[in-house]
Amino acid sequence: MTETHELAVRDKKELVSKEEKTVPGRFYVPYADIYETDDALTVAMEMAGVEKKDLSVALESDVLRVEGRIDFSRYEGMEPVYTEYNVGPYARSFALSSKIDQEKISAQLEDGVLTLTLPKAKQAPPRRIAID
Amino acid sequence: MPMIMDPFDALSSLQQALDAFRESDWLTTGPSGGGAYPLLNVFRKGDDFVVVAEIPGVKKSDLEIEVKGNTIRLAGTKSVAYPENASLHRRERLAGRFDRAVTLPVEIDADGVKAECRDGVLALFLPRAERDKPKSIPVA
Repeated sequence: MTETHELAVRDKKELVSKEEKTVPGRFYVPYADIYETDDALTVAMEMAGVEKKDLSVALESDVLRVEGRIDFSRYEGMEPVYTEYNVGPYARSFALSSKIDQEKISAQLEDGVLTLTLPKAKQAPPRRIAID
Repeated sequence: MPMIMDPFDALSSLQQALDAFRESDWLTTGPSGGGAYPLLNVFRKGDDFVVVAEIPGVKKSDLEIEVKGNTIRLAGTKSVAYPENASLHRRERLAGRFDRAVTLPVEIDADGVKAECRDGVLALFLPRAERDKPKSIPVA
């Protein structure tokens, strides 16, 4: 990875979902990298400001949904004078294929980056079926 | 900050306050060194200032912060690593070097500056220099 070039800035992507929310406030979509190795699929998502206690990773009906909330008590007593970005909770969901072994999904959160490791399911070995 | 009655109000009132200051020209006076990353939010807490930036994935060892006079410089490297033989399906995260300097329109006490980097959020606590604090004038 060449790391000598300068980082570009991007605005946060706002989440636009089919269903409207019943509570006020905007959700943002965390940037994700997805890469695959022989044993697993890894998803790395950037969610700055999210602590472990405010993070929820849930798997339901083959959909992996990640939601990270921000602890706003850090901003108490602070008045904004100049802002370039907004803060808010993050949410993103992925549909998983049957190639993933759902029992063994693991997650680590460090420095605002969530790394989800989705191990691939072991293929069932070929069997010969006896005929009665 | 307004009285918080309802947890959801905290979220939307903060977001509205941050949006309102998007057009502020508070930091445009003074040179800004080179880069644009990371995006900064500047807050006032009493007489002191707090600069907050989001730098997810940047380790403390890759971060350099310098303060001189009223200028703050944030520099470092954001690295994103993949294993050697991985095949990349999607790449949205950016990596690279960053170097940004901003000059605040108020004087800071450079010795009292504290920096904290937690969960990808860098917060710089900048206490105002004593001589720059506003003096309240009693009315005779």
